Amino acid sequence: MNHPSMRIDLQLIADMIEPGSRVLDVGCGEGVLLDYLNRFKQVDGRGVELSMAGVRSAVAHGLSVIQGDADTDLKDYPSGAFDYVVLSQTLQATRNPKLVLRDLLRIGRRAVVSFPNFGYWKVRLGLLATGRMPVTSTLTYQWYDTPNIHFCTIADFVALCAEEGIEVEKSLSLNSDGTVRFDAGGRLSNWLSEQAVFLLKKA
Amino acid sequence: MSPNQQQDLPGQRLVLGPDAPLRLDCGVDLAPVTIAYQTYGSMNADKSNAILICHALTGDHYVADPNPVTGKPGWWIDLVGPGKILDTDRYFLICSNVLGGCMGSTGPMDINPETGQPWCLNFPVITIADMVRAQVRLVDHFGIDKLFSVIGGSMGGMQALEWASRYPDRVFSAVPIATAARHSAQNIAFAEVGRQAILADPDFMDGDYPLHDTKPSRGLAVARMAAHITYLSEAALHRKFGRNLQGRDTITYGFGADFQVESYLRHQGSTFVDRFDANSYLYITRAMDYFDLAADHGGQLANAFRGTKVRFCIISFTSDWLFPTPESRAIVHALNAVAANVSFVEVESDKGHDAFLLDEPEFHATLSGFLEGAAEHRGLPRKDGI
Repeated sequence: MNHPSMRIDLQLIADMIEPGSRVLDVGCGEGVLLDYLNRFKQVDGRGVELSMAGVRSAVAHGLSVIQGDADTDLKDYPSGAFDYVVLSQTLQATRNPKLVLRDLLRIGRRAVVSFPNFGYWKVRLGLLATGRMPVTSTLTYQWYDTPNIHFCTIADFVALCAEEGIEVEKSLSLNSDGTVRFDAGGRLSNWLSEQAVFLLKKA
Repeated sequence: MSPNQQQDLPGQRLVLGPDAPLRLDCGVDLAPVTIAYQTYGSMNADKSNAILICHALTGDHYVADPNPVTGKPGWWIDLVGPGKILDTDRYFLICSNVLGGCMGSTGPMDINPETGQPWCLNFPVITIADMVRAQVRLVDHFGIDKLFSVIGGSMGGMQALEWASRYPDRVFSAVPIATAARHSAQNIAFAEVGRQAILADPDFMDGDYPLHDTKPSRGLAVARMAAHITYLSEAALHRKFGRNLQGRDTITYGFGADFQVESYLRHQGSTFVDRFDANSYLYITRAMDYFDLAADHGGQLANAFRGTKVRFCIISFTSDWLFPTPESRAIVHALNAVAANVSFVEVESDKGHDAFLLDEPEFHATLSGFLEGAAEHRGLPRKDGI
């Protein structure tokens, strides 16, 4: 697998994970992050992916991946089975993000969650100026074919974590030019960031 | 095939003498027991490269050799050989004829030492676990502590699950393909139709047909025909035969084989009886019926795998209606519940249950990728020899 081209948010996630840990990647796609973690961080990695095409590709690359759905299949996993549960760019596509978030922190001692920020200024401005649903480099779908049914802003996400008693250990946000900001919770981040990565833990 | 003919079959044999009987689930201590097997490739110094292949209901241990009865190529010749996925240059492959079978391993056509007559229906009822017990003895015979992998489709997949569940320390990885953790009501029903066809044949003679120098060929052929339909899919049958007529331009208003599909099934039935024993068919289908891994573990399938370190790869096929994908998914859910290391792929194919025996590139890519990953974790050399 080609790591140099790994999505920047995946690289940020990888940097948050301790070598040698047990990792479950929910919505792992073809397993790019898992493969990276296996090779460079010697993790015991597993994946869950909704699309069979992604699963087949991942397994054919020697990764331990199953076909499954974050909304329905996380309940099978025992509590505390993993050091980290990763949910990258998938939370907004789940039917019940709050329950998924709870499951992540039940199964894992920590959760790493990345999502597109609907509070990004281009998104806000796009809707304001054109009156059409925003389509950007991270939000590439039209409203009628998007799998993303539960968009949120960074501020929304931070509020949900507070409500759920989830501690934000670390947060990063990403501008469209790849600039990383080291406190996604900051006020400007919600305006300037296209996406965010959160390292979470039960408070 | 008579017992004498069986002894002439090529391949190797392990005989467990009266001093080492096989304790069966039904309580019988069976001895002597012959295990007929084939091996391919060679064992490495630390005996860590052995793969046990488990065959299906009517399969045998001639995985990559011409079948001595039919002359047809080995049933997994596509997968087994130098440089192939089950690479004989890298792995030591073992496949044995199942206990209760009729291709050299002890089964109902063998002589009961107490009577000097063939066992017939006096042969003890065996289970999937009993088949695996016999395989364990064979693996012991080779001095192998831990198999690199146990791989099997259909009933072979049941054996792979049984191995992983009962002997988790002796299996590094397991690949149960097109299988289930239990025979469903529908599967038992199909098996029962086959058995009743055999039992209804006047030549069956309460199973004593070997003593009367006859065979319930018609009954066994019907059993095979019914079963064969379940191995295919509607799409596969339609593609292969449609409503095409067999060697005639028009229907005959009779009960001859007007349709190609009829002719095909009749051929399947009639050739099957030359290579399979009816009593064996009864015993082995029964073993599949009795298989229920959850029931063996307090009704919770997850309990069958608690604490397992085995790496699993579960594979199903979209058009398999004998062991449909939900059966595989149930195994995956149970493995998830114990945080086991599991891969699961449903391969898209319209070839039905038999897809695991056929050239299915996606299936082969999955199996290959899984084995390469497992080999790396086991510390076995990679494909390029590094």
